[in-house]
Amino acid sequence: MIEGRVADVIVIGAGIIGAACAQALARRGLQVLVLDAGLHNATAAGMGHLLVLDDNPAELALSDYSLHRWRELGPDLPDGCAYRNNGTLWLAANAEEMAVAQSKYLNLQAQGIACELIGAGAMRQREPELAEGLEGGLLIKGDGILYAPATANWMLETPSIRQRRARVTEVDGHRVRLDDGQWLSADAVVLANGTQANQLCPELPIEPKKGHLLITDRYPATVTHTLVELGYVTSAHNAKGPSVACNIQPRPTGQLFIGASRQFGTTDPQVEGWMLAKMLKRAAGYMPGLARLNGIRAWTGFRAASPDGLPLVGQHPQRQGLWLAVGHEGLGVTTAPGTADLLVAQLFNETPPLAAQPYLPQRFLGEPAYA
Amino acid sequence: MPELMLDGHALTVADGTSVAAALALGGNGCSRTSVSGQRRAPLCGMGICQECRVTIDGRRRLACQTVCRDGMQVETQP
Repeated sequence: MIEGRVADVIVIGAGIIGAACAQALARRGLQVLVLDAGLHNATAAGMGHLLVLDDNPAELALSDYSLHRWRELGPDLPDGCAYRNNGTLWLAANAEEMAVAQSKYLNLQAQGIACELIGAGAMRQREPELAEGLEGGLLIKGDGILYAPATANWMLETPSIRQRRARVTEVDGHRVRLDDGQWLSADAVVLANGTQANQLCPELPIEPKKGHLLITDRYPATVTHTLVELGYVTSAHNAKGPSVACNIQPRPTGQLFIGASRQFGTTDPQVEGWMLAKMLKRAAGYMPGLARLNGIRAWTGFRAASPDGLPLVGQHPQRQGLWLAVGHEGLGVTTAPGTADLLVAQLFNETPPLAAQPYLPQRFLGEPAYA
Repeated sequence: MPELMLDGHALTVADGTSVAAALALGGNGCSRTSVSGQRRAPLCGMGICQECRVTIDGRRRLACQTVCRDGMQVETQP
């Protein structure tokens, strides 16, 4: 069965990355068809934390650029997107982590990112629920939060975007085949289906990293900033085995979002009691009052992680017409606007707003096999 | 026969009565106010749906999973 050319661009995946790419393409005047299989990937499961991360210069460049874009977009977002510019407070538990906070501070300052080192006393004034005995913290003022599923839906309401519930079973350059056998084609296909990407392109080096989350009942004004332990950078973030780190985010409803965990080598979505307990215990170490709050729901999700922690954004080097926007791990919501701008600039053969090189798929897939 | 306070009003119930049952016996059955301002009431009765969250002696609890005790302070507002 042949349906033929259905749009200028077909986007596979209606998560935050696919939605941001579709919106950016539609705003350039293209007709976009977004195909989504209705599976719940990272956008549906994640925390919606918008944060600058500086593990390496490329991660910093993409997250900082994207945060600027989110702050520009903020006023346009409907209330349901729950966008807030509430800042991230990185917590240092000891002198070693405070030294990490200081080097992070210098690194971010040098990039012109608004941040402030805070001593123990001042930190507990700002966040009275924090445990006693913490060393201090680093406040990143431009960070924020949003509700990613609603934001993706808002992006997809842009004129010139059509959406269709369909499962893609095969991609062939600028053509895709649906599970009913029908082929659809366009000038370009954008693959933005996160952890499902390997099913269509087995050569992509993307691995699912499982995470647990819990949300509490409403306790308004308990916490103001998103509270993240610096151990997230110094240990847990780099660990190979299962790990947890304190991540406490106040939602606009007054609920608290508690994370985070990481597990490799599993695709089982079941909430695991031992891992949830470990994660909550870790968070309660930083905020003892958490133990008295009522958690109302816990769930899991899978981050689509690439080997170097950076996304793959650009044309597939061996499959002309197929463009990749995958492998964002835990930063997909943060870096969606930057990813979309990078992708669109490459598609239109323009100079991208930031260097595209560190995110090109070539670094894993080899040099282009087409002229 | 435990006597509890439900939103400031005294209420005596039979031994073994759940707080969810006490809400129906002593008030209008509502447990809480949703984020959009609507009143909500117990639904599933088995600790899953989270609709029956009330404040008991200062802590948020599920009314359907809590047995009434003498002197309990139960609040469904705001």
